[in-house]
Amino acid sequence: MGEENVPASIVQFAQLDKLLNLGRANSLWPMTFGLACCAIEMMCTGGSRFDISRFGAEVFRPSPRQSDVMIVAGTINKKLELAVKTLYDQMPEPKWVIAMGNCAISGGPFKVKGNYNVVEGADKLFPVDVYIPGCPPRPEALLEGIITLEEKITGKRRWPRVHPG
Amino acid sequence: METSMWRALLYLVGLLIFAGVNAAWLGWCERKGAARIQRRIGPCEAGFAGLLQPLADGLKLMSKQLLVPQGVDGIIFRVAPVLAMIPAITSMAVIPFSENIGARAMELSVLLLFALASIGMISILLGGWASGNKYAIISAARSVSQSLAYEIPMLLTVITVVLISGSINLREIAIDQQGGFWHWNIFRLKNGHFLTMWISFIIFFICSVAETNRAPFDMAEAESELVAGFMTEYSSMGFGLFMMGEYLNIVVGACLTATLFLGGWDCPFGLTPGVWWFVVKIYALIFTFIWIRWTYPRTQIYRLLNLSWKILIPFSMANLLVTAALIKVF
Repeated sequence: MGEENVPASIVQFAQLDKLLNLGRANSLWPMTFGLACCAIEMMCTGGSRFDISRFGAEVFRPSPRQSDVMIVAGTINKKLELAVKTLYDQMPEPKWVIAMGNCAISGGPFKVKGNYNVVEGADKLFPVDVYIPGCPPRPEALLEGIITLEEKITGKRRWPRVHPG
Repeated sequence: METSMWRALLYLVGLLIFAGVNAAWLGWCERKGAARIQRRIGPCEAGFAGLLQPLADGLKLMSKQLLVPQGVDGIIFRVAPVLAMIPAITSMAVIPFSENIGARAMELSVLLLFALASIGMISILLGGWASGNKYAIISAARSVSQSLAYEIPMLLTVITVVLISGSINLREIAIDQQGGFWHWNIFRLKNGHFLTMWISFIIFFICSVAETNRAPFDMAEAESELVAGFMTEYSSMGFGLFMMGEYLNIVVGACLTATLFLGGWDCPFGLTPGVWWFVVKIYALIFTFIWIRWTYPRTQIYRLLNLSWKILIPFSMANLLVTAALIKVF
């Protein structure tokens, strides 16, 4: 995968861009699809205990045309490679990708000698914005991933970062 | 009625503001209502209680790429979302919000409203057909069969109201129900009409849920079967306009129900009638729409059609006959 070269526009609208980015960060609509067990945690994040809707991200759109962020939740098998790639290509710009779980990051436990059926990481197929490690990651980790993506879009973090220990 | 330029302009701006605010913030109401019904909090980070959420969604939808896929019918694909909005806003012109607030008191306003509702259905058909997507076409066909099936009992029950009020003008129908809840068409204790009018109300309400494509009758966008239905190929504001059109249709449906059955701007106890009572009534009805949507699961397309053709149409026919007989007797 080569680097994506996005040329800067000739006319710059700094304040307008900030406003648009704020809007985009507050309504990240994910696509309704899950590949493996990480999807269970993704559904749990939408449930009443963790409630992804607080950040305006609970509108799971079934059509890629209306979704902004693709949460790759699970193992990408070789048979699904084309389908996942097509879904990414069908999303209109601006679009973001969250690789959720070890399998989507690097192939996880399937990255072994003689692996014949698992794509080793979603970033082999398309650029990934946020990686969430874990097998599977807890719902809090997915929420943290969404907040990190918002930070990437707006340049500002919603809440102060909590350091472990 | 005076017809000055300023009056028309004022109503135009006022109705557009009413429509825009409703289309935007009913989405917030829906998400908040869904969250509360499912014991969640709902949007709460964007502004106080998430009240800025519609602005964020609007900014995002407007700044998203407006994608017109290859192989679609270009003109119809672009026109269909606009066509979903226009009839809903236009039909607000004939709704009497109170005795003195109402853009046009037309003689045939009930007929006009139902004609415009049919145009709204055509927008779904055109949008699905122009997309060139098989799921969108299936959804459009379903939507048309659903609208056809439910317009018949809806109009039959409206005829009972028209028979009782003796007018096809919404304002006249509302004036006829003034003076307390026992005058409203849903109860109508004055003559023997209370025997049948509540049946009319129930049939009319079921039909208006089905006409606005809301769950449990949202066969047009059944995402477990048809991806996203007729708006599968729509991105950005094309999708946004369809959603706003859906919410405006709900508002118009609630206004129509409140005017035809719940006395319009009348106070239930015969005190201070005014536009505030109308607003209270329509938002209570809209809340019921949201409540039904998040409480009942989606039904199946053949059950939906069976409900209309086998139950609602015979019942509304019988209801019409009995009402007409009661008018003759009393």
